[in-house]
Amino acid sequence: MPAVRYHVLHETRYDYGSPVALSQQQLHLSPRILAWQQVEEQCVDIEPTPSWRRDGLDAFGNPVTWVAFHAPHDRLLIRSVMTIAVEPHLPDALDDSPPWEDVRDLLAYDSSSPSAEALDAARFLFESPHVRVKHELADYAADCFPPERPLLLGVQALMAKIFSEFTFDPEATTVSTPVLEVLENKRGVCQDFAHLMIACLRAMGLAARYVSGYLLTRPPPGKPRLIGADASHAWVSVYAPGSATGWVDFDPTNNLLPDTEHITLSFGRDFSDISPLRGIILGGGGAEPEVAVTVFPIGEEKIPEALSAAIEGRGARA
Amino acid sequence: MARTLLAIYPQSARRYDEMLSADGNVRPHWRQFFGHLDSVAPEEMRQRLEFVDRRILENGVTYNVYAAPDGADRPWALDPLPLIIPPDEWAEVSAAVAQRAALLNAMLADLYGEQTLLAEGLLPPALIYGQHGYLWPCHGIKPPGGVWLHNYAVDLARSPNGRWWVIADRTQAPSGAGYALENRLIVSRVFPEMFRDLRVQHVAGFFRDQQEGLTGLAPVEGDEQPHIVLLTPGPYNETYFEHAYLARYLGYPLVEGQDLTVRGDTVYLKTLRGLKRVHVILRRQDDSYCDPLELRGESALGIPGLLNVARAGRVVIANALGSGLLGSGALMGFLPAICERLLGEKLLMPSIATWWCGEKPALDYVKKHFDDLVIKPAYPTQRMDPVFGHELKGEERADMLRRIEARPHAYVAQEMVQLSQAPTWSRAHERRLLARPVGMRAYAVTTPDGYSVMPGGLARVGTAGNTRIISMQRGGASKDTWVLTNGPVSDFSLLKPSVGVRDLIRAGANLSSRVVENLFWLGRYSERFDDSARMLRVALGRVVVAGGGKTPAVAAAMELARRVGVLPEPDEDSPVKDGSEHVLLEAIYDPEQPGSLAGNIRSLMWAATHVRERLSLDHWHSLNSLQRDQQSALKKHPTLTEAIAFLDRVLGVSSSLTGFAMDNMTRDDGWRFLIIGRRLERLAFLAQSMAHFLTMESADGPESLEWLLDLMDSIITYRSRYSRAPELLPVVDLLVFDDSNPHGVLFQANVLMRYLDRMTRELEADFDGDLAGVVERLRAFDLGKLEHLPFSRSHRSAPCIELAALLHELDLAANQLSDWLGMRYFTHVGDVSRQTMAL
Repeated sequence: MPAVRYHVLHETRYDYGSPVALSQQQLHLSPRILAWQQVEEQCVDIEPTPSWRRDGLDAFGNPVTWVAFHAPHDRLLIRSVMTIAVEPHLPDALDDSPPWEDVRDLLAYDSSSPSAEALDAARFLFESPHVRVKHELADYAADCFPPERPLLLGVQALMAKIFSEFTFDPEATTVSTPVLEVLENKRGVCQDFAHLMIACLRAMGLAARYVSGYLLTRPPPGKPRLIGADASHAWVSVYAPGSATGWVDFDPTNNLLPDTEHITLSFGRDFSDISPLRGIILGGGGAEPEVAVTVFPIGEEKIPEALSAAIEGRGARA
Repeated sequence: MARTLLAIYPQSARRYDEMLSADGNVRPHWRQFFGHLDSVAPEEMRQRLEFVDRRILENGVTYNVYAAPDGADRPWALDPLPLIIPPDEWAEVSAAVAQRAALLNAMLADLYGEQTLLAEGLLPPALIYGQHGYLWPCHGIKPPGGVWLHNYAVDLARSPNGRWWVIADRTQAPSGAGYALENRLIVSRVFPEMFRDLRVQHVAGFFRDQQEGLTGLAPVEGDEQPHIVLLTPGPYNETYFEHAYLARYLGYPLVEGQDLTVRGDTVYLKTLRGLKRVHVILRRQDDSYCDPLELRGESALGIPGLLNVARAGRVVIANALGSGLLGSGALMGFLPAICERLLGEKLLMPSIATWWCGEKPALDYVKKHFDDLVIKPAYPTQRMDPVFGHELKGEERADMLRRIEARPHAYVAQEMVQLSQAPTWSRAHERRLLARPVGMRAYAVTTPDGYSVMPGGLARVGTAGNTRIISMQRGGASKDTWVLTNGPVSDFSLLKPSVGVRDLIRAGANLSSRVVENLFWLGRYSERFDDSARMLRVALGRVVVAGGGKTPAVAAAMELARRVGVLPEPDEDSPVKDGSEHVLLEAIYDPEQPGSLAGNIRSLMWAATHVRERLSLDHWHSLNSLQRDQQSALKKHPTLTEAIAFLDRVLGVSSSLTGFAMDNMTRDDGWRFLIIGRRLERLAFLAQSMAHFLTMESADGPESLEWLLDLMDSIITYRSRYSRAPELLPVVDLLVFDDSNPHGVLFQANVLMRYLDRMTRELEADFDGDLAGVVERLRAFDLGKLEHLPFSRSHRSAPCIELAALLHELDLAANQLSDWLGMRYFTHVGDVSRQTMAL
């Protein structure tokens, strides 16, 4: 099966209400290149023009951009546009993976020199700011990991368990809701489910990372694709030695294994490492950002004018 | 001669005694000191102890205890007897501390860079990746000169066989060096002859090394002079005293996060004269709070963008961000091999035996020997008190074991330390030595030639003979550490031997806006508390004269006090039962009452605390004694006479504060704002009081004019000029128009305008308020209108009302000026940075 190509438009708009005197922002909005993902075109436009800008890679290899605004401004528009190709990359067979205990033991320290791959995975093995690792989480995950079960079957069972027991509810949580609270209330959004699943896996001694990106959505039959109707998405990647790239993705929000309909931006230990847009402002009112994401599959539909204008960089102000 | 102090000094078979050898004799390096101590008369010793207590109180040496019920400050606890260490023993300790600092620095370089220690299995990833103290955004940053660890402290203890062991490493922002310095200054004066005769090494050279180390690393460009600041989390931090003390001693501006701002690749100090580049930040703030953009975002303490300045190599942050990582006790067991690997040397000083439960064999050992071990958190960011295995029984024990089993990598076990003991002077007995467990914190700083170790340190003693954990938070006390030398004693002091033209520093061009704002408020509060004390003394005086009766003078004085806000507005729903006396006493002593004297003293102390490093010690002593007076009065019920005596004392302190401000402070921008604050406050008070007085129905006749003169401290001048009862025209002339009377309105207005003029010229600003215009109109007022005017309630005349209106305008203009200064020059305190987040 060939690669699927997309245009993605991700717009973030702040109307501050009153002038912001000084602002600094950290952007994790540029997609990383992966074995199965090529970035054909990509740019981030920012209004007003930043006073200062630096681009680089963060400690996990994700593209990151820092910008600063030194002059008063009362709005901020950040528009990220990209053209991306995603190749199929589903694992061959989940039951081919090694027993989960073998992976756990491989990751445990025994004073010998670890393999580069295992050391890399160890970065995603422990607690991180949004992922507290508590015994309640191991208890919750335990029945998905009976002795000797192949790792990926166990992970799939955990994903299915979360999907069936939790309710998607954007009102139930915020970006700072602790994992244990999510576990108790059984409600949340993709971020919460990803954090919860990561916490469970780490509590079992397995390495799991947080992936941020986009998901292709399907408009209702016969209806056109709406610009800005999509949203950022988050899922989980688990360390699976022996698989094609060493890691296999799972999406607990949708109970499926991401393939060509998931577009990866960045990965880290959790949300805090790769928040798409994080900033500190001096001044301004209490305005919340407006975020609009459009994922458009190339070749299936006619590109809406507003989107093509944005891609051409002619400044669509939808 | 009384019996020797040794007669009742408890010896211990289990502990090493610092003073006595195993056979009960005084060790050679203690003999001279002990002989001296044994010969001092009890009375003499009592005086020395009092000296210690007085110095600590007067210098305001405090250690803030978060959980203390009575608020922030607790006096520093210091035992006058030093811990004495002989030269050869110190040489070993010093070499080991320097080596350990070099080792930890090399580890930080590796862990925030290539991570070979992890790749080679010399360290478990859990101890690095598993720590919140490992700051991922700092990975890959290369600090100037390759130095991560600029300041290092290490807690040492001596085992029963006399060997020193490392108990804990402090790599975040080690505290205590300033307290050690203060201890030295006090103790060397308690035993001056001993200090000289024993040849005790001085510690000033260590601080010079610190300065030179930081200056040498500063990433200056062209002919920039290194600009070094000391970053504090603020006055509520437990060791804030030390931050202010060290800033003053090292000559670095004391700054808070909001004083610094990042523009692109550069970090600046916000000063009155604009942004001034900073090259080195000596930080006493924990690293995770230093940059809310990339580290902990919920904190307003930090400097957004600082990490990007560090990435560009354009600032030295001492210690580098991320260095707190190595405070983990779990690392100790891995250090010997790492030392061999990174330095090619054997580790000189052993660490206390430590088992990290993340390793299976260690976990098994811990479970087996649980009773002999202390369980601690593996990571410094974990909140958990040490737990003694043998103290846990039944369910508690099972629970602890379960927690360790569930997350073994989060726990370490250490052997129980049998600390050595040292003599302390008993405060409960007339003449007695107690034996107390002792530990020592040693310090090292980076220099171009490697690490320099302070010859001395902060010794800490437990409160009881069987204390197992010594900490200042838990009420321990401290000691000076005397390191003896065989060679000559360096008498270096921190004053530079010779200052070149390039080193010349002219007053305060680098003052941060926050410091200037606090000085301005210090000026306003010191004048305001003087005004309110005067107002209260006048009112109280009338009450006393009236002998409890309701005379017109009492009513008028009380009304004026209410109108200028010194007394609260009477509550109509619950009329005052206890009369004027009660109301006045509350306005003096109750800090919670708005406008009260006690409240003003508190505000004054608050402002003073924030600029503490700018005040002389004498200045600070006066403020401290004032607050102590007021606090001790709160506890009893003062009588009227006591209240008047208190007000007299307050006014005495107030005039000494004025003296310090006028005679002892450098004439820099900060001083100018302090004086403007004072003038502005007094002008406002005088104008307001006069305006109210002139229109108040209750003010009536010569008696009222008399206390008005008293309030404005002008009664002597009046009497010497007019030997008759006060009349309206001469009183108004003296208190408003006579510009030779420092308690007169126009005098204050003139002085204020002069300072303002100079300041706006130098700082290139224009005050567009109407102060000068109002003063002009006031000056033009025709005093003739007041001639032969009877001053009584039935004749509240038009000229009085006209004059009062002008004075009200003046009061308003003064307050406009205050607002304008705030807008133009000060940090807007209400304007706090905040985090935004978008998905």
